[in-house]
Amino acid sequence: MAKNSAGETPEQSEFRAHCREWLKKNVPAPPAFKMPATSGGILSLEQLEYARSWQLSAYNAGLIGCDYPSEYGGGGRSNCQAIANQEMRNARTPVLAGMVGLQIVAGSMCIHGSEAVKRRFLGSIFSAQELWCQGFSEPCAGSDLASLQTFAQRKGDRWIINGHKVWTSMAQFADWMLLAARTDKHEKYKGLTVFVVPVKAELDKSVTVRPLVKITGDAEFNEVRLDNLEIEDSYRVGEIGEGWNVISTTLAHERGAGFYIEPLSGGQGLQSKSQKAEKIYPLVELARNSVKNGKPVSEDPVLMDRLMKMLTRSQGIRQMRRMRSVKDLAGNPARFAMQDKVVAADYLQQMSALAMEIQGCGSTLATSDPNAPDGGRWSRSYLDSFGATIAGGTNEIQRNIIGEKILGLAKTK
Amino acid sequence: MVQPRNFGFGEDEKALKEVAHAFFRDKFPTDRLHRLVASNWKQEQESECYWDRSLWQEIVELGWLTIAVPERLGGAGMSTVAVAGLIEEAGRAALPSPLISTLSACYILDACATEGADLALALVVDGKTFSFASGDRYGSWENETCDISVSDGVLNGTAWFVQEARKADYFLVKAKSELGLGLYVMPANTPGVNICADKIIDLTRDQAHIVFDNVRYDDVQVVAAPGEAVAALQSATPAMLTILSADMCGAAEWQLQTTVEYARSRVQFDRPIGFFQAVKHPLVDFMTEIDQSRALTYNAACAIDHEPEMAEQFARMAKAAATDAVGYGSRISVQLHGGIGFTWECFVHLYMKRQLHSQFILGDAAYQRAKLGALVLA
Ligand SMILES: Cc1cc2nc3c(=O)[nH]c(=O)nc-3n(C[C@H](O)[C@H](O)[C@H](O)COP(=O)(O)OP(=O)(O)OC[C@H]3O[C@@H](n4cnc5c(N)ncnc54)[C@H](O)[C@@H]3O)c2cc1C
Repeated sequence: MAKNSAGETPEQSEFRAHCREWLKKNVPAPPAFKMPATSGGILSLEQLEYARSWQLSAYNAGLIGCDYPSEYGGGGRSNCQAIANQEMRNARTPVLAGMVGLQIVAGSMCIHGSEAVKRRFLGSIFSAQELWCQGFSEPCAGSDLASLQTFAQRKGDRWIINGHKVWTSMAQFADWMLLAARTDKHEKYKGLTVFVVPVKAELDKSVTVRPLVKITGDAEFNEVRLDNLEIEDSYRVGEIGEGWNVISTTLAHERGAGFYIEPLSGGQGLQSKSQKAEKIYPLVELARNSVKNGKPVSEDPVLMDRLMKMLTRSQGIRQMRRMRSVKDLAGNPARFAMQDKVVAADYLQQMSALAMEIQGCGSTLATSDPNAPDGGRWSRSYLDSFGATIAGGTNEIQRNIIGEKILGLAKTK
Repeated sequence: MVQPRNFGFGEDEKALKEVAHAFFRDKFPTDRLHRLVASNWKQEQESECYWDRSLWQEIVELGWLTIAVPERLGGAGMSTVAVAGLIEEAGRAALPSPLISTLSACYILDACATEGADLALALVVDGKTFSFASGDRYGSWENETCDISVSDGVLNGTAWFVQEARKADYFLVKAKSELGLGLYVMPANTPGVNICADKIIDLTRDQAHIVFDNVRYDDVQVVAAPGEAVAALQSATPAMLTILSADMCGAAEWQLQTTVEYARSRVQFDRPIGFFQAVKHPLVDFMTEIDQSRALTYNAACAIDHEPEMAEQFARMAKAAATDAVGYGSRISVQLHGGIGFTWECFVHLYMKRQLHSQFILGDAAYQRAKLGALVLA
């Protein structure tokens, strides 16, 4: 297909123009209340509704789910989500309400789900009409996810499910859960099956959601108990005993290494065009405005060296993401894709730690303190960064996987 | 002068440390700390000041508050090594208390060697608590920076990052005048002394900025006359750094042991997670860093007792090493707990937050190294 000078197909250029045009008129003003920087930080119903109505209008304009087949409510395009994302980034759009569905559920559902499941659920994931959570981790099954014990017992064409899930983000708002369950007690990996189960409709009946408080003091995840929850077999995703396969696809999408690219969520209210890795610029601003031990930070050679190192890393991450899409340069694209989450999570943690050093004593102050430098965001993001280095598979586990799958090193276990 | 090979850690020091260890183990286990500072937590409570006053009363009765007050004034006058041992145990318990702030003030007062300073030390013997009020708006630890000025017998301005401010009966205030910096003892309830609580991340401490609004004082409250403060502060700095490092080392050992225990008991992939080198090696690295920091801390304490000309260099090394060690150790203690480490229920965050706070108080590692460099190359 003919490509223009930016390397875009006519479909892509046309789509970009459409996005730009639409975003110009339709990005809502920031609300009067405070919105979180990511959808995982949504705590109140008013925040949720705001994010939800944004997602619906962006979906109706074709900016969400662009690359999914149109018969399931997608845009039926190819390689266009990335373009919508660039335009949304430039337009600094709000946070999307249904990121668990969009990022974690939709891809593997589209790849492994039955026709009926795809038709029933994908469209409402894109539109945020229904919200999702991911029910994988259990108290005794985190890194070793395949040891999970939640059990689904077959009863005719129905399943009776019992179990206990933990760290379930967004369960407090979710209509549905993508559930990993055991259907065979004798096989570890081959004894797993994935289901779609109702949350909201069964709340305080066969489903109990209890909030768990994070290290920051916010109740942003939950534990979920399933007691004799009954569902039809048609709610199964993938074959019986093929759950590990579905889980792997799901995790790949969660870690940014899946087939489908998730839509960009957030950026509203930021001063500069902000990509995740570009959060470095607020840090540069912080350095410009900070005084430490009686002199401007910009005159402190130690901190300046550290800051420039961090700036280089941030640019490095951006350029790796760019290179990943240039097939002729990237070599094995999985090599880039699989390291993205580890690198980005470590970066976020170290960048926040550096910001705290730049602030010095001001880092002792919480976000609620009016004197906290930069509103206390850096100490908060340092604490929050452990979410990034633990959730979705810890960095230690990621390194094991990369070492084994990409470098061909011997398997740990 | 030369240091004794055993750091001066003799029978008295050993006895005190053992008593302190048992005291905190029995009276202030971590679940009690968690209940005290972190149960029913709400965002608005970030400015709360939680401490156990009856436990504190016991500590005062044990005489630990006067441990750094000279014997001639009725204190216990123990060695800095003994103090380090006590504080290491208190740090291990992450004790919310004005112990460090009061001991720091004692070292400064002792260095002032004035009548007023002796009177203030007598207050400590009476069980009164102190905090040093000196920071500027940017949290500078330079002796010379100061946002409080004194003229015509009145103090005006703000002291920032004042530790344990709401647990202190008295403030030791640094203020500047044309003649230089002086030190003033000020009862916390003096009219015009406004304690504005900071909202802080560390749940085991309290911090405030204190606004002095035309505060009058008597001559006896002047413990270091204008121009005399810097020398006193200079000579107390090594001890202040050393006891804070001791607290950090004690808390670090708690982080290490707690995480090691978890790595022994938590099973994934049919093995205790400590089996995996990604878990095992960081724990060993943390251990070696703690041991080096502790050794440097006792070395600094011993230098204060026996080799004062090296005290500041050694104390800067101790604080720098401890700051790096706890930065690393806090990170892995949360990380290696996995999801549970990211929760409020789990105890590790209390220590991570206490250590974060300690990292910045009296200056971070790079600051200590800069100071060290100036001393070594001087
Ligand atoms: C903020 C947040 C949100 C989350 N949201 C969800 C959600 O919505 N849905 C969901 O299902 N789950 C969710 N999780 C759970 C997350 O996926 C797990 O916490 C994670 O997989 C780790 O499991 P664990 O907590 O049981 O830790 P463990 O597996 O017990 O790990 C403890 C430590 O041991 C290390 N370790 C374990 N095995 C090995 C090994 N073989 N080699 C080297 N090191 C090892 C780990 O790296 C870790 O440091 C969330 C977690 C967080 C922190």
